[in-house]
Amino acid sequence: MTGARVTGARGVIGGLGRRARPPRPVPAGAAAIEVRGLRVERGARTVLDGVDLTVRTGEVLALVGPNGAGKSTLLAAVGGDVASTGDVAVDGAPLASWSHAELAMRRAILLQRQAVSFPFTVAQVVAMGRAPWAGTPLEDDDEAAIGEAMRQTDVAGFAGRPYPRLSGGEQARVALARVLAQRTGALLLDEPTAALDLHHQEMVFEVVRERAASGAAVVAVVHDLGLAAAHADRVAVLADGRLAACGPPADVLTAELLSEVYRHDIEVVPHPRTGRPLILPRRPGPD
Amino acid sequence: MLRKDAPARRVRGPVLLAALAVVLVVLCVVAAGLGQVNVPPDQVVGSVLHRIGIDAGPRPAAAQGDSALWIVRFPRVALAVVTGAALGCSGAVMQGVFGNPLAEPAVIGVSWGAAVGAATVIVFGLTVLGDWTIVAAAFATGLVTTLVVYAVSRSAGRTEVVTLLLTGIAVNAVASALLGLLMFAAGNDALRAITSWNLGSLAGARWSSVATVAPLAAAGIAVALACARRLDLLSLGERTARHLGVHVERLRFTAIVVIALLTSSAVAFAGVISFVGLVVPHLVRMVAGPAHRTLVPASALGGAIVLVAADLVARTAIAYQELPLGVLTALLGGPFFFWLLRRARHGSGGWA
Repeated sequence: MTGARVTGARGVIGGLGRRARPPRPVPAGAAAIEVRGLRVERGARTVLDGVDLTVRTGEVLALVGPNGAGKSTLLAAVGGDVASTGDVAVDGAPLASWSHAELAMRRAILLQRQAVSFPFTVAQVVAMGRAPWAGTPLEDDDEAAIGEAMRQTDVAGFAGRPYPRLSGGEQARVALARVLAQRTGALLLDEPTAALDLHHQEMVFEVVRERAASGAAVVAVVHDLGLAAAHADRVAVLADGRLAACGPPADVLTAELLSEVYRHDIEVVPHPRTGRPLILPRRPGPD
Repeated sequence: MLRKDAPARRVRGPVLLAALAVVLVVLCVVAAGLGQVNVPPDQVVGSVLHRIGIDAGPRPAAAQGDSALWIVRFPRVALAVVTGAALGCSGAVMQGVFGNPLAEPAVIGVSWGAAVGAATVIVFGLTVLGDWTIVAAAFATGLVTTLVVYAVSRSAGRTEVVTLLLTGIAVNAVASALLGLLMFAAGNDALRAITSWNLGSLAGARWSSVATVAPLAAAGIAVALACARRLDLLSLGERTARHLGVHVERLRFTAIVVIALLTSSAVAFAGVISFVGLVVPHLVRMVAGPAHRTLVPASALGGAIVLVAADLVARTAIAYQELPLGVLTALLGGPFFFWLLRRARHGSGGWA
């Protein structure tokens, strides 16, 4: 019976061509996304060069670095949006071996500033995240996935409002809800907390941590180094298109490295209670 | 003025579609009865019932009533329905593909490309396919124009919307120039034919024209409906749509062929009729929201209603005279669209 349902998988989204292969469960710690020797050029400029990065299921990886370091380009390359050389593998197979529909079942991507060109309601926008599963057995989870995503991002209260009329922070949460509703094994989030207030920033990372705990691999571009230090399992620091460091926050987020990468005098002190690093620009004292 | 935090107040899709269908049927019955020979609605219904073998209702009482209905009125109303549906639907699809509520089929050059084909046939008196030569030429040049615009505006496997729209404008300029040249070269009869075709009219409607256009329009609308959910996703932007599994280039190509098909099939017999593809989807979006599964069929029904009503006015407003249909729709639609523009800019957002 299940098999009969799956034959329809290409129906709504996949269009012509072979049937989409649904993802299979992956053991914790398996490589969800693997990048080897990635190089991206835009015109004459090399935006990324020699980047190696593995994101495993069950972890939250924060991608940090100064403006123009190539963070968004790295996500775009993993998402298949820009031409790149080197190897990118998703769910154990090269990016090019998957169809659009198959990729959509494996990874969800949140871009910076999600515009919507017509006044779709919040509920409609979140429901769009379910599109990859149309015609598959997982279509039955649509309502549950949409409801859960809207609760987790605190947008259920304005589900009926048109998206273009929301504030920037509200739009950001709705866009995140759409990504969460997609229920994929990997999440690539470009500045999910940029437009959010402190409460919602923490809420987003709680949700993201929860996802990772239940087996998802999460990559989040973050500008707030404090958030990265507090919530990420590993931090990757990009500088000038190269990976400057990658590892647990306490090892990577050091005063020397950050001062060099950000070209600013930065001090790192342990949090008095948790011991997690607190990162601050060194400012002149009161005297 | 709507409150900022007000939820969108929208009519549910099936309700709107049912209402539009009822309005369309009633309007068709009324429109078919009005003209130089008036036939009351019950007699119109009776005539149809008798024709399909149901012996119910009164037959037309007027002399020549039945033949006026079946030879003149019904094909004209039917062509209005098909043409209007094609125009409304192609407008909805085009706006969806370009993510811009201001896009319209004429912008990418279909209408005027088709006009060049038809005018060429008229001026040079080509009759390769008999009566159908004009139609076939309009189809061919409309489609070719669209594909040329599409091919030219693509670079590195992507289509920039701005480039596409600008290319459309350039192509339209060339098409207008060619049309002007043809009119300059044309004799008096040909000039009159081109002019009436350019102004838009359903006066030449016959069953044979309906039979040619209806399957094409139906096919176009069916494909548009099949694309509805993907068009929704496209409003999130090309990248996000692709991330959600949409093959964006393929969708765009399918949509452009559908737009060309629908617009050419509308333009082939009725000439250039502006504004229907622009304002009807707009109104539907205001009433029922932007989801294409409702928008596409509702725009088709709405376009049919607008065109049947406009044609009724065009042929009955002045006794024994016909107003050019395209001129009428533009006269009514132009100011209306300006009003919409101002209102929407202040109100509902979504003018990305």
